[in-house]
Amino acid sequence: MTELNEAPTGASRGGDGAEPLLKLRGIDKHFGPVQALYGVDLDLPAGQVTGLCGDNGAGKSVLTRCIAGAHQPDHGEMFFEGRPVHIRSTRDASALGIETVYQDLALADNLDIVQNMFLGREALSRGLLDEDSMELKAAETLKGLRVTTVRSIRQPVASLSGGQRQSVAVAKAVMWNSKLVLLDEPTAALGVVQTRQVLDLIKRLRDTGLAVMVISHNLNDVFEVADRVAVLYLGRMVAEGPVADFDRQSIVEYMTTGTASGRPYEPAASASGEV
Amino acid sequence: MTPDRETPVTTDPGETPAGTTGVGTADLTLDAQVAEVDIPPQLVAQSLGEYMRASLLRIRSGNSGVLPVVMAIVIVAVVFQIITPEHAFLRPSNLVYIFGLSTVYMILAIAETIVLLIAEVDLSVGAVALIGGAIAFKLVQQPGPNWPWWAAILAALVICGAIGALQGALVALLRIPAFVVTLGGFLLFSGILIIILGGADSTVSLNTDVPNQNFIYDMVQGLITPVIGWIVLAVVVVAAGTSQLRRLAARRRRNLVAPPLSLTVIRIALVAIVGAAVVIVCSVNRGTSLKHVTGIPWVIPIVLVVLGAWTLALQRTRFGRYIYAVGGNPEAARRAGVSLPKIRIWAFALCSATAALGGILLGSFFYGQYSTNTADPGQLVLYTVAAAVIGGVSLFGGRGKAIHGVLGGLLIGGIAYGVSLLNLGSLSTPLTYILPGGVLLIAVLIDVSSRRGSGGVTGV
Repeated sequence: MTELNEAPTGASRGGDGAEPLLKLRGIDKHFGPVQALYGVDLDLPAGQVTGLCGDNGAGKSVLTRCIAGAHQPDHGEMFFEGRPVHIRSTRDASALGIETVYQDLALADNLDIVQNMFLGREALSRGLLDEDSMELKAAETLKGLRVTTVRSIRQPVASLSGGQRQSVAVAKAVMWNSKLVLLDEPTAALGVVQTRQVLDLIKRLRDTGLAVMVISHNLNDVFEVADRVAVLYLGRMVAEGPVADFDRQSIVEYMTTGTASGRPYEPAASASGEV
Repeated sequence: MTPDRETPVTTDPGETPAGTTGVGTADLTLDAQVAEVDIPPQLVAQSLGEYMRASLLRIRSGNSGVLPVVMAIVIVAVVFQIITPEHAFLRPSNLVYIFGLSTVYMILAIAETIVLLIAEVDLSVGAVALIGGAIAFKLVQQPGPNWPWWAAILAALVICGAIGALQGALVALLRIPAFVVTLGGFLLFSGILIIILGGADSTVSLNTDVPNQNFIYDMVQGLITPVIGWIVLAVVVVAAGTSQLRRLAARRRRNLVAPPLSLTVIRIALVAIVGAAVVIVCSVNRGTSLKHVTGIPWVIPIVLVVLGAWTLALQRTRFGRYIYAVGGNPEAARRAGVSLPKIRIWAFALCSATAALGGILLGSFFYGQYSTNTADPGQLVLYTVAAAVIGGVSLFGGRGKAIHGVLGGLLIGGIAYGVSLLNLGSLSTPLTYILPGGVLLIAVLIDVSSRRGSGGVTGV
């Protein structure tokens, strides 16, 4: 994929005041009598990594699925590149350039790396699978992300290590002109070295101008890669701002009580997190 | 994976195209040794020697494609050749007969492979095959429907395909276990078969004096003269060989890893040698000195065409790719936009349609006679599943190819016929169950252990 190697172009690189790639305003979602999200606002700027934190049941997964098109919010607005959008299915999300890497990665062990990366979007020539072009394109994408530790991109995914699998899943997500990548607990099952590998990969995604949202329990990872932090507490967005506004202590307090030192989050510069 | 794997890694990671660009990232493959054995050797080997070493490593991990079943066929052939009276097992007449006998197992095993690949099972495959055969035989009867042979065969395939689609729909849409659905189907269709044949004692037979009916009879019994056999073999080997070599050259041009040229040449030569052996065996007089019988049965090219078609469909089409994906990880396939019900229903439908062809060939093999005694649908399905699994198709889905079904079917047919040659009297019948059963259990053990092995790799 060539655009991965190119420097980010245009104004999409999210500086202060720039229009975020994806903007959520007042997202509500309930399942029967259970309210999962209360008027959630969230900005996901291009060229930045946003860490989404929250305790179990805070609504991280529901919010992710709303963005990915797996759920539809009951109320609220979404703006993609400034235009209002309705994401009704995962297909809609893919069409916009939103790709999700779920925690279980969704790779077929018996298929090789190329086959997995192109699953559902195979290249054909004269009705038959065009293996050679797919292999070239997959190799190019992996090279662009500097995922170079696999011995052969024709080896079955079953033979890969956890970090390599995560890398393949991410590469699969970014190969399709994606602009926003949602990563659900990307380092949860990984050892130290492999976590390092995946975090480096996330940074490279950001450096190519993609908007990245990382859902993580692991605050080490959040502070390592995130430019911005958003904290959900019982379905409400209690804090959202640049990572410099937070320290480990305050994030934990926001996650567990919704406030830090008894006070709600107040953004230092731009207005955002409404409680 | 077994912990005692100490074989040194032979290939240099720097030689793979992905590896050469590894600037700034360390090789993090912590379990390179374990991963090594899961990689098909042709991917990393740049020379014949490397290929052999990688292959050995894979075989030792129980992950080796067709080699075990080929070795089993060789062992069975040698053992039966030694123990059969007059060492008759490998006589040309017997070899041709074994191929005819195995045909139904080969075709049914290919059919079963399709369903096994999506991690389901079809126990009705024997009964459905017999129904397909009975339908085709009924439809060409004269007096009677007197359909042209091709229409009768097509009708049998379509009807059986519909039966398969119906069972597949129950499995795919209602998620009833395939075991239950097809077990019910097996009993149901075994009964319907008797109705179609017109009662438990009736026989439907082909009249070989009528060309239209004789065509179906000839599908197994008809012979190609050796000269034409040689010509067809030469054309096939040259065509397949050049297309292989051209694909390799194309991959090299685009800087993709391609197996060493010597390996491809050896493979083409092996195919040519096996083909030549078949033609030579078929060219020997199998009859008496008074009535010469030589030639290649039609059924050999028919099996090869079915094998080729299914190999192409499974390896080179989108449908085939989705079959493997559904078998490997249905959730991944679903998220990739694959319709699971659609793939599952098609898999069952095509399995049953392919089985119908097997049923027609079975009737032709029994000299154009179709009756309830032609084959026991229960034994047929057991032999079929056994053939597929012995051939190397995984019971757990996602692993196996059409060629595995063919080789497994040949092994089962060889064992069945070998036992019948032994003149063991009362012991003969039990052995036709015991031997395939034993081989099946061994094959399943290998399947389970290799599955456990490759599963262990992921736990890093």
